[in-house]
Amino acid sequence: MMAAAAKAKIVLPPPSKAGDAAFRLLTCGMALMVFVLAALVGWELFQGSKLSLQRFGWSFLIHDWDPGNGNFGALPFICGTFVSSVLGLMIALPLSVATAIYLTELAPAWVRRPVVALVEMLAAIPSVILGLWGIYVLVPWLRDHPYPLLQKLIGWLPVFRGHIYGQCILSAAVIIAIMIVPIITSMAREVFRAVPDSQREAAFALGATRWEVTRLAVFKGSARGMFGAAMLGLGRALGETMAVTMVIGNSTDLSASLFAPGSTLASAIANQFSEAVDDTYRSALFELGLVLLLVTIVTNILAHLLIGAVSAPKDASRV
Amino acid sequence: MKPFQNQWRKATSAAISTLCFLCALMVILPLALILFQLARLGASSVDWNFLTHLPKPVGETGGGMANAIVGSFVLVALAVLIGVPVGLLGGIYLSEFGSPRLNWAVRLAADILNGTPSIVWGIVVYALVVVPMKGASAYAGGLALGLIMIPLVLRTTEGMLALVPNSYREAALALGIPKWKSVLHIVLRTAGNGIVTGVLLACARVAGETAPLLFTASGNQFWSHSLSEPIASLPRQIYTYAGSPYDDWRRQAWAGALVLILFVLALNAGVRVLTRGSSKTGAK
Repeated sequence: MMAAAAKAKIVLPPPSKAGDAAFRLLTCGMALMVFVLAALVGWELFQGSKLSLQRFGWSFLIHDWDPGNGNFGALPFICGTFVSSVLGLMIALPLSVATAIYLTELAPAWVRRPVVALVEMLAAIPSVILGLWGIYVLVPWLRDHPYPLLQKLIGWLPVFRGHIYGQCILSAAVIIAIMIVPIITSMAREVFRAVPDSQREAAFALGATRWEVTRLAVFKGSARGMFGAAMLGLGRALGETMAVTMVIGNSTDLSASLFAPGSTLASAIANQFSEAVDDTYRSALFELGLVLLLVTIVTNILAHLLIGAVSAPKDASRV
Repeated sequence: MKPFQNQWRKATSAAISTLCFLCALMVILPLALILFQLARLGASSVDWNFLTHLPKPVGETGGGMANAIVGSFVLVALAVLIGVPVGLLGGIYLSEFGSPRLNWAVRLAADILNGTPSIVWGIVVYALVVVPMKGASAYAGGLALGLIMIPLVLRTTEGMLALVPNSYREAALALGIPKWKSVLHIVLRTAGNGIVTGVLLACARVAGETAPLLFTASGNQFWSHSLSEPIASLPRQIYTYAGSPYDDWRRQAWAGALVLILFVLALNAGVRVLTRGSSKTGAK
C-alpha cells in the first residue's frame, strides 16, 4: 500500500532551460545595442566627413569658414562653442550651487517640494520654445537694458566693445545658462544630500552658524561631485542646438566682441546643412559634427567618472 | 569669542542664506516669464481652427497646425516602438543578468549616448536613412527620436528594477518558476509604475526635440499620406514660424509653443501623479 503511493508520486520535470537561455540572449543583445549605436554614430560621422578630412586634414581645426571659395575650417565655431558654453557655465554654476544649498540646507520642507518641481519643469521646456522666448522677449530686453549698461561700465574691455546687435554670443550664453541650471542644480543637490547628516549635526554642536555648517561640513568633500556636476552641465551646453541657433545670430565670422553675432558647432550644422549642396560643404558640416561629438564624449566621460564616485543614500525623509 | 565676532558670524550666515534664496528665485524666474508670455501671446490664437486646420499658404492669414500636431504624435509613437523595446530589454539585462564590469561599460556607453547632442543624431540618421531612401520621411524622424530614447529608457528601467526587493526574485525561483517568467511577471510588474514613468518622461523629452527632425522628418505643409513621406511636427513648425518675417506666422508659433508645452507639462504632471501613487503603495 505504502509502496504503491510512493510510486504514484508525481515527479515534475525540471523547468526548461531553453526559455531562460533565449531570454538572456535577447536582453543581452539589446543591452549590447548601446555599443553598436555608439559605434554607429562615430562611424557614420567619420564616413560623412571623410572628404573633408582628406582635403583639409588637421588644419580644419584652425581655419576660417569660407564656403564661397570652398575653404572650410571649424575655428569660428570651435571658438563660439567654447566661449558661449564656458560663459553659460560661469553664469549657471553659482546660481545652481546656491539654489542647491538653499534646497538641501535652508529651505523648509513645504518650500522645497514645489521649488524642486519648478526646477524640474524648467528642465522639461523644449529647446525650441526657449529659443522662441529668447528671440522675442529675452534678446530685446538684454539688448536694451543690461548690454548698454555693461558697455558703459566695463566697455574698455575689448570683449564688450562694438555695436550691440542683441543676437550675439552673450545672449546664447544666457540662454545656455537657463538651460543647464536645472541639471547642475539637481546634480549638486545629489552631491550635498550624499553628505551624512551626522556631519552637519557635529558642526552645529560645535556652535557653527548655518553658513559655517554648509562651508565646513557640506562643501568639504563635495568638490569632486560639484566638478562632475559642472562637467555634466558643460556637456549639455556644448551640444545645445535649437535655442542657441535662434539667438546667436549665425555669423560665421570670428569676432573678439561678445556683442557680435557668432555660431557654435551645433548651430552651424542646424543652420547650414540644408543649404549645403556640394559634397565638400556637406562633408565639412559632418566634420563639425564629428568634432562636436568628440568634445562632448570627453566631457561626458569626465562627468561620468567624477559623479560615479558620489552615491546619494536613498533617504525618503529628504525630497 | 567676542560678542562682536559672534554677531558678525550670524550676520554673514543670514546674508548668505538670503543670497541663496534670491538665487533660487532667479532660477525659477525664467520659467515663470516663459509660461506667462506663452499664455499671453499664445492663448488667444489657440482655438478650434488652429487645432483642426492645415497651414495656409504664405500671405493668407489663418490656418492651423493640425498636421504638425498629428505628425508629432506619429513621430513619438514611432520613437516609442523603437526605443522602448530595446531600452527596456537592455535595462532588464543589466539588472537581472549583467556582471559588474559589463554593466559599468554599458552604463558609460548609455551616458555617452545620452550626452550626444541631438543635432548629431539628426545628421547620423540623415546619413543612415535619408540618403539611401533618397528623401526625408517619418520613418527617419521616428528613428532619430527612438535612438535618443534608447539610453533614457535603459537607464530608468535598470534603476527601477534595482529597487525591486531580491526576496521577490528568490521566492519566484523557489517556486520553480523559470527566471524569464519571474522577470516578466513579477519583477517587471512590481517596477511597472516606475518604468512607465521613465517612458513617459522620455516621450516628453523627445516630443520637444527639434534638431534631430530638421533633416530627417523635414517638414510638410500638408497631411502626410504615408510614413515614407516627409512629415510635419510641432517643434519643427514652431521653429520655421518663429524665424519667419510674417506676423501671422509668429502669432501661430506662440500658439504652437503653447500647445507643445501643455503637452509636455501634462506628461510631466501625469508622471508626478503616477510616482505619488507608487510611493503610497510602497509605504503600505
